[in-house]
Amino acid sequence: MSFLIDSSIMITSQILFFGFGWLFFMRQLFKDYEIRQYVVQVIFSVTFAFSCTMFELIIFEILGVLNSSSRYFHWKMNLCVILLILVFMVPFYIGYFIVSNIRLLHKQRLLFSCLLWLTFMYFFWKLGDPFPILSPKHEQLISRVGVIGVTLMALLSGFGAVNCPYTYMSYFLRNVTDTDILALERRLLQTMDMIISKKKRMAMARRTMFQKGEVHNKPSGFWGMIKSVTTSASGSENLTLIQQEVDALEELSRQLFLETADLYATKERIEYSKTFKGKYFNFLGYFFSIYCVWKIFMATINIVFDRVGKTDPVTRGIEITVNYLGIQFDVKFWSQHISFILVGIIIVTSIRGLLITLTKFFYAISSSKSSNVIVLLLAQIMGMYFVSSVLLIRMSMPLEYRTIITEVLGELQFNFYHRWFDVIFLVSALSSILFLYLAHKQAPEKQMAP
Amino acid sequence: MASLDRVKVLVLGDSGVGKSSLVHLLCQNQVLGNPSWTVGCSVDVRVHDYKEGTPEEKTYYIELWDVGGSVGSASSVKSTRAVFYNSVNGIIFVHDLTNKKSSQNLRRWSLEALNRDLVPTGVLVTNGDYDQEQFADNQIPLLVIGTKLDQIHETKRHEVLTRTAFLAEDFNPEEINLVIEKRYFLREGNQIPGFPDRKRFGAGTLKSLHYD
Repeated sequence: MSFLIDSSIMITSQILFFGFGWLFFMRQLFKDYEIRQYVVQVIFSVTFAFSCTMFELIIFEILGVLNSSSRYFHWKMNLCVILLILVFMVPFYIGYFIVSNIRLLHKQRLLFSCLLWLTFMYFFWKLGDPFPILSPKHEQLISRVGVIGVTLMALLSGFGAVNCPYTYMSYFLRNVTDTDILALERRLLQTMDMIISKKKRMAMARRTMFQKGEVHNKPSGFWGMIKSVTTSASGSENLTLIQQEVDALEELSRQLFLETADLYATKERIEYSKTFKGKYFNFLGYFFSIYCVWKIFMATINIVFDRVGKTDPVTRGIEITVNYLGIQFDVKFWSQHISFILVGIIIVTSIRGLLITLTKFFYAISSSKSSNVIVLLLAQIMGMYFVSSVLLIRMSMPLEYRTIITEVLGELQFNFYHRWFDVIFLVSALSSILFLYLAHKQAPEKQMAP
Repeated sequence: MASLDRVKVLVLGDSGVGKSSLVHLLCQNQVLGNPSWTVGCSVDVRVHDYKEGTPEEKTYYIELWDVGGSVGSASSVKSTRAVFYNSVNGIIFVHDLTNKKSSQNLRRWSLEALNRDLVPTGVLVTNGDYDQEQFADNQIPLLVIGTKLDQIHETKRHEVLTRTAFLAEDFNPEEINLVIEKRYFLREGNQIPGFPDRKRFGAGTLKSLHYD
């Protein structure tokens, strides 16, 4: 009986998450496009719903809500469904939509999408070879999904950890004045005028050529050939020369446009930094940069000394307060609540952060043709990211709550995932620092150029 | 050729609706083989004989400024685009018949282009609100074009064609002295044979554009 109640609670919450995913898709992601293939929206919402359910189950685990056997059942079921979606459904549909875009293969869409899916499975399987993965069937899939997800998480965290202070702090802002912007705009308009005048010449030349019938005249006979050498297609030669000049000018105009947009963005940021909110974020930026440096340091230590943290922050914090500060309190009660809050914060911020990043990414690269494929790719990334969050979050929870994850996911080498995360995080953070440094250095030089 | 006057026409619309292909078709009489993203603004020129055959015949250069980007771009990009909206003689709005949102976005495009003069130079801010009265004294003629008719399945074409573009409802021709007409270009269409354009310039205003 309690199983039924528990199941109905789970299903209600799943429907809620599904609705949220549906709305997010409609309002945020696809707000500039017309939704024609509802399959895509359904898949996205389903992936989102089942990922959120996993987090919900963790929270329930900590709070002790619901019957433990029904929790275990739902974990297993949820995991099966998510793996099914991530390994079978989403890749298949990605292949299907890619093939639909290519006109040649339109007739045998299903066949080619099956082929694409088989290729994906092959590479997916090959991916697992260099990593320590045990043999039971079930764990094969999870471990591969976990590896990909953890890599993604580490890449995003590394870049985010470096980029966040860089964008927040106003120390890095270049000084931009109105005169700079006006000067660039004038150059842009001058370039456009030059392009126009050249195109006018070309258009007029083409018109006179057309009127004289030069285009269709083929030199015939001996005299025709001599004539064509001397008077020649001077018209068309000129045209190709001018066309080359126009191409160069067009490239220049594009560069100028991008630079001007950049300057406007910097100017806005300067103005924003003078506001109260801006100052607050600036302060946060200093704080985050210290945090980022600390994280990089810790990652290095972990790798160099081959150290794996055994206790989670909550228990360690409680130990410190009890042992060193001598404050006595009900450990069990507080550990439950604090870990709930901590885990909750981690979950919410990672979901929110991921959705925002996905949205930005989607706006930047999608077009009306590729929007379906890109959304499905994002759904795949989201699913893998959430599955690996579950793997890693295990580290932040006290021992008694870890058991359910260990039971459900089986004998995975959790330590390996943490080590892998540290390595990729380090690599990603260092390369982001390098990249941002280069980009920052290059920009003021562009401004100085005449 | 200095005697030829300048006519500047903007071509606006969402990304991917076919503005670059349209401009290329108009100016080169050829279909654009490999359209790619327009960054910034690309210009092309069309030579046009105004009032052909009459004693008042005059040759004009029509500059078609194809501005790239989307309505939802960052405000820095919008501010940069604003530099192209100076002294415009006409605007062509392009929308994609296979994508409803692109015609809804035309409102925001018209806001961006036509309201430019009301905002002092500096960072351009639009909140996207649409107020019909702002366009009451608009003197610039507008043309709305829908593209990609051939990509719509035969049975749905009638339904799509009868769906009026949003802008057409809001602009009353008598008040504002402009004409809106829809023409649908087939993407695979070969050269549209002959272009007997009939344009009457009165104080620099386009009265009507007809394509065969």
